[in-house]
Amino acid sequence: MSKLMLSRRSLLRAGLASAATLPLGGCEAFDFLRERDNAMREFMISLNRLTYKTQRLLLSPGQLAPEFSAADIRQDQHPNGSTEPDTDDYLALQEKNFAEYQLEVNGLVERPMRFSLDALKAMPSRTQITRHDCVEGWSCIAKWQGVPLKHILEQTGVKPEARFVMFHCFDAIEKGLSGEVLYYESVDLIDARHPQTILAYAVNDKPLPVENGAPLRVRVERQLGYKMAKYIRRIEVISDFSKIEQGQGSYWADRGYEWYAGI
Amino acid sequence: MSASTNVTGRLIKRQKLSTRLTHWIWAICLFFLLLSGLQIFNAHSALYLGDEVGFTYDNAIFEIDGFPGWMTIPSTQDLATGRVVHFFFAWIFVATLFVWLVASLRNRHLRKDLMPGAKDVKNFGSDVRDHLRLKLVHTVRYSPLQKLAYGGVLFVLFPLIIVTGLSMSPGMNAVLPWLPELFGGRQSARTVHFGVMALLVLFFIVHMAMILLAGPVNELRSIITGRYRLSPKSVKEISNV
Repeated sequence: MSKLMLSRRSLLRAGLASAATLPLGGCEAFDFLRERDNAMREFMISLNRLTYKTQRLLLSPGQLAPEFSAADIRQDQHPNGSTEPDTDDYLALQEKNFAEYQLEVNGLVERPMRFSLDALKAMPSRTQITRHDCVEGWSCIAKWQGVPLKHILEQTGVKPEARFVMFHCFDAIEKGLSGEVLYYESVDLIDARHPQTILAYAVNDKPLPVENGAPLRVRVERQLGYKMAKYIRRIEVISDFSKIEQGQGSYWADRGYEWYAGI
Repeated sequence: MSASTNVTGRLIKRQKLSTRLTHWIWAICLFFLLLSGLQIFNAHSALYLGDEVGFTYDNAIFEIDGFPGWMTIPSTQDLATGRVVHFFFAWIFVATLFVWLVASLRNRHLRKDLMPGAKDVKNFGSDVRDHLRLKLVHTVRYSPLQKLAYGGVLFVLFPLIIVTGLSMSPGMNAVLPWLPELFGGRQSARTVHFGVMALLVLFFIVHMAMILLAGPVNELRSIITGRYRLSPKSVKEISNV
């Protein structure tokens, strides 16, 4: 009996001693989780996919993100990420106030098409006052006007094997040795066809300024801000993004963030 | 029973397996949730009231330069990894709370050990006095102050930190649009989430202090093996002899 007690006591002491080193060792002890191919990190990410599955289960396809009233708009939309694209083709378009801008829609569509900004503005539009939630933690309420992406996809038709919509953009956040990495972002067809998913050309009753994504940015109101690509050049309907860039489906997903940003 | 047994007090089976297991899973979860949470906070190290952040007006109520690297996981600025770690342990934390709730209803841990009764109200004053005098008696049941602390953590702080966390999810906001408004908006919910974290840290500090004062070997044994040695002077003990 006393022997058993002793071994228990020493076990407890050993446990206490090792627990005490946890906070002292600092959190560098867990920096291995930063490595993209670490098995523990991959395990965590695979469990975190529950978030996408659960939210898709809880959310009906047409369920709207909260909308606000005009009185809730108290400031300009806060710009973040790229705010001044300087790629040659963008600067050329900007010089002529986007008069020559053409949105290209292709990939797994029945009819690849191009739309001028005027053509997009002539289409049925939706206006919504929504809260933009950044992954960093801030939020900003603004009024967005644009054409529902669903309307564009109805014009072009979508092939049965299509699963995602990829936005290819003009802006390069990263200018490394290997060249410029232009922003790209994708959503599934449920979010692409969601009533609040619009290609916005106006914010707070003014034409979209350059810092907020002129001439066209997407709103994906049930997800975080980084999903709402700015400076859209081309929309590509795809069945798989595993071969695009690093295979995670978006600029930030390829840099370790969740592809599904509903949380 | 011999007199010597009476002096050291009787060893009883105090904590059930489900209580002990969930306790330690929560301890691990809360460690990682705290440190990855501070990492996430550092991406925008201020707190506000309302639905949005005032960039051209001021609705901030707390602003710092950010927490130092030794308090965050990972130790350097890395929001993406902080989020992976935070959501992973958040899922385990919530699942464990569910398992604990079902087990504690079934094995009557809730009713027998945590639910305060008329006796707790009656003994509240003397329990406060005992704690102030650091006279900590090992009894079969939790004291009124223990019930208040554990009940507060399990039924107030845990649900609050989960619900305020969900209030920050744009997907959950579409599911339950009234959720962030319960707290006065998404930024207020973020502030409450942070405040509840601070209260949980406070609980942890008091919890550790009480364990050290009450006898760490006996207290730790009860939450690891389940066995707990009662105080020899326990009234019930003496009357049982």
